[in-house]
Order: sequence, then C-alpha cells, then structure tokens
Amino acid sequence: MPKTEAKISGARLMVELLEEYGVDIVFGYPGGAILPFYDELYKSTKIKHILVRHEQGAIHMAEGYARSTGKLGVCIATSGPGATNLVTGLTDAKLDSVPILAITGQVATNAIGTDAFQEADIYGITIPITKYNALIKSADDIARHFQEATLVALGGRPGPVLLDFPKDVQTELTSVRKVDKLKIDSRHYQKPPIGGDLDSFAAALNKAKRPLLYVGGGAINANASKEIKELAEKGNIPVTTTLMGIGAFPGTHQLSVGMLGMHGTAYANKAVLECDYILNLGARFDDRVAKPGEFAENAIRAHIDIDTAEFNKRVSVDYLLHGDLKEVLKALIPKVNKVDRPEWVGFLDTLKKNHPLEFDDSTDTIKPQGFLQKLYEKSKGKAIVSTDVGQHQMWAAQYFLFEEANRWLTSGGLGTMGYGLPAAIGAKFGNPNKTVICVSGDGSIQMNIQELATIAMYKKGVKILIFNNNFLGMVRQWQELFYEERFSESEWNYNPDFVKLGEAYSIKGLRISNKSEIDKALEFFLEDDDARILEVMIPAEEKVFPMIPAGKSQKDMIEFSDTVRAGKK
Amino acid sequence: MKHILKILVNNHPGVMSHVSGLFTRRSYNIDSIAVGVTQDPEISNMVIVVKGDDSVVEQVKRQLLKLPDVIEVEDLAYHDCISRELVLVVVKVEDSNRTEIISICEVFQAKIADLTKTTMTVEFSGNTRQVEHFLEMMQKYGIQEIARTGQIALKYRST
Repeated sequence: MPKTEAKISGARLMVELLEEYGVDIVFGYPGGAILPFYDELYKSTKIKHILVRHEQGAIHMAEGYARSTGKLGVCIATSGPGATNLVTGLTDAKLDSVPILAITGQVATNAIGTDAFQEADIYGITIPITKYNALIKSADDIARHFQEATLVALGGRPGPVLLDFPKDVQTELTSVRKVDKLKIDSRHYQKPPIGGDLDSFAAALNKAKRPLLYVGGGAINANASKEIKELAEKGNIPVTTTLMGIGAFPGTHQLSVGMLGMHGTAYANKAVLECDYILNLGARFDDRVAKPGEFAENAIRAHIDIDTAEFNKRVSVDYLLHGDLKEVLKALIPKVNKVDRPEWVGFLDTLKKNHPLEFDDSTDTIKPQGFLQKLYEKSKGKAIVSTDVGQHQMWAAQYFLFEEANRWLTSGGLGTMGYGLPAAIGAKFGNPNKTVICVSGDGSIQMNIQELATIAMYKKGVKILIFNNNFLGMVRQWQELFYEERFSESEWNYNPDFVKLGEAYSIKGLRISNKSEIDKALEFFLEDDDARILEVMIPAEEKVFPMIPAGKSQKDMIEFSDTVRAGKK
Repeated sequence: MKHILKILVNNHPGVMSHVSGLFTRRSYNIDSIAVGVTQDPEISNMVIVVKGDDSVVEQVKRQLLKLPDVIEVEDLAYHDCISRELVLVVVKVEDSNRTEIISICEVFQAKIADLTKTTMTVEFSGNTRQVEHFLEMMQKYGIQEIARTGQIALKYRST
C-alpha cells in the first residue's frame, strides 16, 4: 500500500475521503461513539451536516436526496441506539435499491463484545439488509473499506452500505490513504458485459402483435428513460410502469398506460392480460404486480435486468438479457423493427376511455383523488412528490403524472410509513429550486413528525399535504373488504391539531373539509417557497380502486364501477 | 435433489454469517456446511450441500454471487467430484459383541479412536452414502453420540 508521509486520524481521513468523493451534504445525529468524527466534520468547509431529530429521519433524508439527485446519500449515527435507528431505512434502501452510505460510531475495539454502554452489533444486525457492510478494526483499513463500500453502493444494482467505525479507530493515526488492490471482485461495481442473445431476443419482440413494456425502478437507476422512449416509439409499444418505475416513461405520453399491479390502472392490468409479449425492464415481478403462474400467462415473457438473481426468481421468463439497462437497450433498439400497431394501440386507447380511474365526486366532501388531480394541475406536474405509505400513496401514484425520472419518491418495497416527510426534506436539500411536496396521511405523518423541526431549523420549503380520515385508511379498506368491517385498531381516537403543531414550529398551516375551499387552499399551499402544512379532511370510507386483492391476479381486479354495480357505493 | 456447492470466500470474520444468513433469510435448506482455509490463507473454501431443484439451486448461486465476500460459486455434480465426510461415533460395547464390532470396523476401514469397558469411539470417513451405511451398521449396538463434519468436496482431475 502506498503511504504518504503525514499521519492523520481515522476520523480526519473519513472526512477527507467523503470530501474527495464529492459528498457535500450528510444527514446525521451525533453521540458519544462518533464524536471524533463529528469533531473533524466541524472543521470541514466542504461538507454541510444536516442535524435531524431521529436517525430514521436521517437515513430517509439521505434516501430522498439520493433518489432525487442520483447521487450517493450519506447518513451518520452514533453507536447502539443511534445505529439501530437506521435499520428500517437500510432495509428500505435495500428493497428499493437506493445508494446509501451509513456511517456509524462503535464502542472502542477493546470494549466490543462486552455489552458496553451503547454497544450494539450493528455489523451483525445489518448483514441481511445491506449490500456491503464492515466493522473497521484499524485506521489503516479505512481507505479500502471506504472505497469498496462506495463502489458497491453505487455499482450494479445500487443499495445501502454500512461502515461501523469504533471510537478508537477514529482517533488512531494512519498514513494509508489509498489502496491499490480491493478485496472485492470488480463484478460488484463495474458494468457487466451484455449477457444473452440479443438477436433471438429482438426476433421474439419483432414477432409480437401486442407487446407491452413493463418498466421498473431499475430503469431509473440505469438512467434509461431516453432509450425506453425510443424503443416504445419505434415499435409503438405501450408502456406500463411499476410503483417504482413511475417517471421512467413520461406519464402523459400517448403510449403510457400508467401503473400496473394491485392498485394500478384498469387499462394497465387489462393490457397485461391481453398482451402477447411482455418485456420487463428493470422490474422484479414483485408480488404486488405479478402472481407466479398467472402473470401474463398468454404472453411471451422477456426480462432485462442488471441483477441476475432476479431472473426466474418469481416468474419464469422465455428470454432474458443481463446487463446495464441503458447499454442493453442501446444494443437492442437497432434490432427492433419500426412498426405501427394501430389495432393494439387503438385497443388500449379504448380501454383507457372505457375504464378510467374514477371516484364519486357528487358530494361536497373533499375526495382525495379529485384533490390530487387539482394539485397536479396547479403544480404543473413539475414538483418532486414524496409519499408515505397507504391510501394516499396509491392515490398519488394514480393521479400524479411525471414527465421525468427522480421526481417520484416513495417507499415501494418495504412500504415504510414515516418515509415521506424526511424523504421530502432530503429531496429539497438536493433540489433547492424545485417544489417538493410530501403527500401523507394522518397515520403516516406521525411516524416521523419530529422532522418538522428539521424543516423549521433549516427553513426548507417542504409542502406537507396530510389527508386526514382519522383512520389508518388502507388498513380500514382491507378490513372493510376482507374482514367484514371489523375495524380492529385502525380508527384513531386522537389526532393532534396538525395546523397548530405546524405553528409550534413556525410552519404555516391550513385545514379544509369542503370542496369549495380547495382552490384557495392550493393557492396558500403553493404561493411561495415556504414550508406549509395543508390538512385535508376526507371521508373515512373512501377507497382506492382499482384493486387486485392480495395474492390474486390481474383477472381478479375489482374496479370502482364494480362496487357501484354491487350497490356498495 | 442434492447439490454440492463449492464456494470460495474471503477469509475474514463475518463471512460465514453473511453466507449462512443468506440461506436462512431466503429459506433455503442447508444439508451440511463445512469450511476450511485454502492454499491461499486469505481465501476459504466452503462446501455447502443443499437440497432443491435446479431452479432453486440456480437462484441460490446467483444470490451468493451478490455477496461481496463471495469470490466464486461452483455447483459440483455428485458423479463428478470426490466428497468426504468425517464422523466420530460412540457405540455401546459389551464383552459379547466387542470382536463383532471391531471386525465390522475393519471391513469399513474405520479407526477405533477410543475404547472403554462399555463404549467404543470410532472414526470413519467416506462419502455420504458410506457414512450413512456405516452408521446404519453401528445402529444396532446402540449409538450414544455422533459428531459429523459435513461434506467437503473437490472435482475429479482425471478426465
């Protein structure tokens, strides 16, 4: 290993490595075991540290920052409880393939294993929920671990990594600042060569009469939007996206059929049933989308992914290509025939007309769907939208359309309530000039509501929309449909006054409950770049449709019109 | 069907947890697991015997290759490799059957590692079938304790 003359402390080295890597913002919370690192951070002029109110907030902020900018998200926590508070966020980032570097403090090496104060085996705890993790035992190992961790986080299918950093290693002196040879194989960070037979893959696609593109979050990670649009337009192939793939293809494009799956559009799910060829681009046949054995069963199934472990994992496919999606599509597109498909595209246009997203808008109460339609129009589709998890998340996925990637931030895989607010804050730090809206519910928002303080402290103009039905809405919906209306523990007997709560943090707020108030409320909400809380009272019985019941397939979709026919509305 | 996976991994603490944890959380069943260092002290060889059809084992292999500390995964076909397992077994002995047990051990080329008035500890190594067969033969005398290493395996070099 090449050595430089001057020795510096491990903590100093970590800060310098972060700087060299171009990290200019980190989200964190100090504590005993990470103090040497914080002391060095204090001296850094290049790295801005955002102080959060809970470490879970820090990692979701890092996620929101990473997903909206495409850069590495970095979060810092101390040992023990600080580190364990990152667990949910790490799992979230693992399931949604978000590049996160978590740096945790650890008790001194001679105290490890003694149940020392604030000691937790975060290395062991995070083995299954990180792409890479390491307990750094010597300051001489920092450079290698840092290089490996960051390469792995961003390389291939991105994901979270964790470096556990004992207090004495932070103060130990080292002169090892660079490494010649990494211990991990280059397959973990280099773009793989294209694997599979492009010609037969293209030939099968060219033979299809009713092809469909099924686009997942991998398309966004691969930055493949341009190529997907080119492929869709060249072959006149309609496009549906997963919850994670929203934005990878312009939502307003005439070939877009919106989201598929459990709460996808009726026309997307019907397109899955009718297509004779389905091409999965960076999606993983998730259980909210695909039922093994019944998914697109009449179609030829093809899959392009950077992660070979996703091939035939849940749904078997006929054709597959391995590689970086952008590179694979670049190679594939010249082999794809230019075709007009008036019948198939026309058929889907008719489906769109006959099976639109609908809701009953005949009363004076505010319907979240109608509200989101208006918010979408008012924000001109340009906003970055984060959501929490539940009904509001699905309505937002249905009624917001995105023209580009990295504008839609939602916890897709893990379904983390409490994700939305910190993710929005992280996104605002990464995109100070864009409108950032957090769409939440009265349940979700309370899972990380303490981060209102972070908004207030840094004067970040995050717009917070809370749909309040005094219920855990999605839980209620399932209980209504599948548990004979036994609303076990889904009703909130007590909610804080969200507007007053905002005021406590100097954030202006407004509550509305009548349709006539919507326009004024939206004006208040979006008038300037200050933070706002808008609490919208909605009926508790409002449901998300269409819906494919859990474990069922596209054939079993329930549409809004079905419930009207059944006299349930 | 059983598969023998030969997995080369970086030899440092925690790698075993990474690998075995992958099996646990993806609910793959491990039949046996044996680890030892290779000629390169930085690299260990893990031999894991898994049950599952080809598609499951293919999935196991791909998931393993995603672990940064996994260098190489090879699926060794049973007929194509030489595999061994070491077993230590304690059987009850009486004066009347001692010579009978000793002669069985001779047939199997098992070693008697320890002998008391009432017990005999026998060491035997062979492939899984031979080990099973040997233990079956010992069964009738009353097995008191067993320790097995799990299988290790290498590919045949002859073609």
